[in-house]
Amino acid sequence: MEIKFYSLVGAFAENKDIAKDIRVTKIIPSLENGEEVTLDFDKVKSATQSFVHALISDVIRKNGIKTLDTIYFKNCNDTIKKIIEIVIEYMQDHS
Amino acid sequence: MKIHLSNSVWIGNIDPFIHSFDTSNDKILEITSHKKWVSVHPVVLCMITGLGLFIRRNQAELNFKKMEATSKHYFERMGLFKILGIDSGIKITSHESAGRFIPLQLITNSQNLDDFIREMIPMLHLNPEQAEPIKYIISELVRNVFEHASSSDGAIVCAQYYKKSNTIRIGVVDTGVGIKYTLERFYHPKDDFHALTLALTPGITGTTTKIGGTEANAGAGLFFIKSLAKMSRDFFMIYSGKAMYKLLKNPKNKQIKLISDPLKDHFSSETNLPFWKGTVVAIDLCLNNILNFNKLLDLIRKVYREGRKQQNKIKYKKPQFI
Repeated sequence: MEIKFYSLVGAFAENKDIAKDIRVTKIIPSLENGEEVTLDFDKVKSATQSFVHALISDVIRKNGIKTLDTIYFKNCNDTIKKIIEIVIEYMQDHS
Repeated sequence: MKIHLSNSVWIGNIDPFIHSFDTSNDKILEITSHKKWVSVHPVVLCMITGLGLFIRRNQAELNFKKMEATSKHYFERMGLFKILGIDSGIKITSHESAGRFIPLQLITNSQNLDDFIREMIPMLHLNPEQAEPIKYIISELVRNVFEHASSSDGAIVCAQYYKKSNTIRIGVVDTGVGIKYTLERFYHPKDDFHALTLALTPGITGTTTKIGGTEANAGAGLFFIKSLAKMSRDFFMIYSGKAMYKLLKNPKNKQIKLISDPLKDHFSSETNLPFWKGTVVAIDLCLNNILNFNKLLDLIRKVYREGRKQQNKIKYKKPQFI
C-alpha cells in the first residue's frame, strides 16, 4: 500500500487526528495483511514530531522494531527525515 | 477580579503585571488600563480574553473601563473588544496599515487549527524558512490545549511581528484545568512549579507514567518549543496555577547548549502568583537568530536522546547494597 500524504494533510503535516486515522485504517490493516507500506511525503514541506509520533509510534510499539522492514518513507525532505528519525529512535528506546 | 493593563508588559517584565492580578472576587472582572500608553505582548491580550470569556460564561459582570491611551486602537485592531462583545467606540480608519499580526483567535477544533495555520503565514508576511518554527509552535501548543486542557473556549491565540527587532511574539492561552491537574494522575507533582518542570522535560506526558508517552503523546512538544526560544536567544514563559517558569535570554557571547532538565537552563521562576486556572504560554522568536530548522532538529535529537536516558535511569529502581 502507498499512502500519499499531501492530499490528506497538505504541505504541513500536523493534524494528529488524521495521523491516527491513517494509522488505524490504512497502516495497521495493511501490515496485518502482510503488505508493505510506503508513506509518500511528496510535496509535504514539514511535519510536527507529534504528527509522526501519532502516525507510527504505536505500530512500532505493538509490532516491534522489525516492522520497519516493511515500512518505506518516500520523498521525504531533510526536515521530515530528521523528524522521522527522532521519532523512530525514541520508540526504539521505549518499545 | 481586577486586572490592570500597565504601560508596558512584555515577557521580560511580565511578573509585576501578573502579581497585580486580583483574583479575589470572581463575580466581576474589572479591567483598567494606563491612561497614556499601553504596549503589551500578545499573550497579555490572550490572558485578558481568557478572563473575559470566563466571566461571560459564568454570567458574571465584565467591566472594561474605557481605554484612554493613544495606543487603544491597537487593542481594537487585535480584536479584543469584538471577541469580548464590547462596543469600544474606537474607529479604525481605512488608511491605517494592515500590519503584520494575527488578531485574537479562538481555536476550538482540529479543522479550526488547520485553517488557522494555512491562513496565518500570509498575515505575517514571512518567508517559508521563518514560517516553519512558527507553524510548529502554534500547532503543538494548540494541540496541547485540545488534548490536555479541557477548556470550554479552546485555545486563545494571538501573534505580532515586530519589524525593528525582527521578532515574532506569540501567545497561546487557555482557561482549562491547568498543568498540575493534567499531570496529577500519573506524576503527582507536589506543586504547580514542579508540574511545570515535569511538563518541560522531554518524555513526560499527562497520559501515562511510561517515559516516552503513549501512541498519541510523546511528551516532547513543550521541550521542542522551549528549545526554539533558546536557539533564538529569546524568552519563553509558561504560567499555570500559581507558578511561572521563564526561560531567560541567552547572552550573545555564550554558546547555546540544549538541556533536557529545565532547571539547568538560564531561567527565573515564581511560585506564589495569583492562581491562573489553565495555562498561559508566551514565546518570543528573534528571527535573526533562528538557526536552520534542520540544525535545530539535530540538536534536539541529541539532547532528547540524552534526556530520555537520564529519565529512564530515574525510573528504574536499583538494588541498595549495604
